[in-house]
Amino acid sequence: MLRESPPVTSHCTPLGRAHPGFRGRIDAIDAKGNASGLSSEELERRLIELGFVEGASVEILHEGAIGRDPIAVRVDSATVALRRREAMAVLVV
Amino acid sequence: MNAMTDAGIVRCALVGTPNCGKTALFNALTGSRQKVANYPGVTVERKAGVVHTPAGLCYSVVDLPGTYSLRARSPDEEITRDAVLGRLASETPPDFLICVADATNLRLALRLLLELKRVGRPMMLVLNMMDIAKRRGIEIDVKKLSAALGMPVVTAISVRKGGTDAVMAELDRFVLTSAGDCSWTVPSAANLRTDQREADAIIRASVKMPAKPDTLTSRLDAVLLHPVAGLVSLFVILFVMFQAVFTWAQPLMNLIDQGFGILGTQAHDLLPPGILQSFITDGVIGGVGSVLVFLPQILILFLFILLLEDLGYMARAAFLMDKIMGGAGLHGRAFIPLLSSFACAIPGIMATRVIDNKKDRLTTILVAPLMTCSARIPVYTLIIAAFIPNTTVAGFLSLQGLVMFGLYAAGIASALAVSAVAKFFFWRQEMSPPFMLELPDYKLPAPKSVLFGLFTRAKAFLYRAGTTIFAMTVLIWFLASFPTAPAGATGPAIEYSFAAMIGHAIAPILAPIGFNWQISIALIPGMAAREVAVAALGTVYSISGGAENQVGSMLAAQWSLATALAFLVWYIFAPQCASTLAVIKRETQSWKWMWITFGYMLALAYLAAFATFHIARALGA
Repeated sequence: MLRESPPVTSHCTPLGRAHPGFRGRIDAIDAKGNASGLSSEELERRLIELGFVEGASVEILHEGAIGRDPIAVRVDSATVALRRREAMAVLVV
Repeated sequence: MNAMTDAGIVRCALVGTPNCGKTALFNALTGSRQKVANYPGVTVERKAGVVHTPAGLCYSVVDLPGTYSLRARSPDEEITRDAVLGRLASETPPDFLICVADATNLRLALRLLLELKRVGRPMMLVLNMMDIAKRRGIEIDVKKLSAALGMPVVTAISVRKGGTDAVMAELDRFVLTSAGDCSWTVPSAANLRTDQREADAIIRASVKMPAKPDTLTSRLDAVLLHPVAGLVSLFVILFVMFQAVFTWAQPLMNLIDQGFGILGTQAHDLLPPGILQSFITDGVIGGVGSVLVFLPQILILFLFILLLEDLGYMARAAFLMDKIMGGAGLHGRAFIPLLSSFACAIPGIMATRVIDNKKDRLTTILVAPLMTCSARIPVYTLIIAAFIPNTTVAGFLSLQGLVMFGLYAAGIASALAVSAVAKFFFWRQEMSPPFMLELPDYKLPAPKSVLFGLFTRAKAFLYRAGTTIFAMTVLIWFLASFPTAPAGATGPAIEYSFAAMIGHAIAPILAPIGFNWQISIALIPGMAAREVAVAALGTVYSISGGAENQVGSMLAAQWSLATALAFLVWYIFAPQCASTLAVIKRETQSWKWMWITFGYMLALAYLAAFATFHIARALGA
């Protein structure tokens, strides 16, 4: 929780592609063109409500047995389960 | 407190994110002085209670459903939003809000709090679970936090005796001001982001976090969320749960059974022979006793569900099951409602409110009654005990327990199959909505709150046994006793009763699935509640047989194994519960879905029982 605003970088990857053990910081939330069936605004709001905001530290703790989905992600002080499809909107560095 | 207390009782509302220990705090504050009812028009539970402070003040408290935001995406969250905003017609708006936060996880709670502040009502913040926060080395500067948030902040350990003293003291000190202007509007993503940044800044300034998160939770999750070990653990937990329901309850059940046996004999000896004696011994004691005997099993099942929930395991189960359930067109979140349906489909269907997508919710509601509810246990145990030999398989597994497990498995398999079919027919082109869920840290359940939950469940069951089931027992006794046999009749008296007339009328329809007219009779009162069928069979057979024998041995003598198996299979599927159908109507706000549920379950029950009966017969049963 002790952190400064992250530097803006161009080489960020979607959290939805990361493997267990990955540690990083959220660079941006970009829900445009997401495959979740929600509008990009709505998915963005839901992600923020669970603590996914720029600068938060993330770590992938676990993944499901089938299709490596869903994933359990540590977001700062909380653990959140979500599917990789939605995690694609979370860009991490 | 200021003079406003004289005008009437002060109302406060507890608001917080899910898993913040809000209900534990509510229980600690109100003790037994609480009432659980429904908000009018919706099936959202309304929990209200009264707090008496040491200084003699009296507050009324409502415990609002947990939410991350006032955006209200589900009926539960709508109640929270409307209650906080004072929009509920049935409810006087709260005079102030008590925001509850898990001290180990403040980020989401403080963001919600900043949103709540815009409503303009006086507020205080309770930092719950301070014991866990301290143990983990989280240091919170309460004074600084209070200054930054502009409201009183107190700490609490809801599960410990005296753990809410600070909250009580603050309630005595709290200066109630009138509500300011409400500037709340539905937050956009940008608003939420700004709030979260502000919350994070406040936390940075007043909270010192340890470098490492909860190590116990990480170590447990390494096994319990492991792709393979996690699933194995889940199935072991479920298997232990069902074996426990079947074996632990036995001594207590025998005790209750014997108790009612003695009561019946006593009443039989005390009362003069005739209608009254028959009514008391056969109708009342026999009927109610045969249902009450299942209380221990229902309590053990609820004990497991409550413990798993309080431990924080239920969300993990949803995580593990999401992909498997997704294959059947169900949402991972449906796992919790469906697991609750093992106890009773009614709370299960009500729990589907956590699923915010309407289609997902409807599918879950549609299949929830297929999960083996506790009301089926009386029926299953009776038939299994009477027809399945009490032997062990592979040296340690009870055959009876295995059959029971099989019946549960059949319920689960059919629920998954039906939901896959429903998804295919009704909304195949729809996207499946997101699965996003917080996984709370593991916590030892507080014995008091578990006992409290068990007590509520037991009360509900006893209330049902005392009202619906009792009334149905009396009705079936009446149907089976009147009109009385004419003078000089040769057959047993029940052959001349109304029950026999109804039974004989529907018997031809049920004959192809191996049911005789006695079963046909028992199924009718069994519509009130499944377990009533046991009492009904008891009444039908004990009257027609004349003797006060065990229902089970009576059935073993009267039914073929094929009939018994068909009866078991009928009960996996049959929509034999009027209350469940009523809840489906209420939750979906439509008759259509209620009739669809009734129709498909009846059709499945008939077809499956038909197949079972004929296959069993062909195999010589």
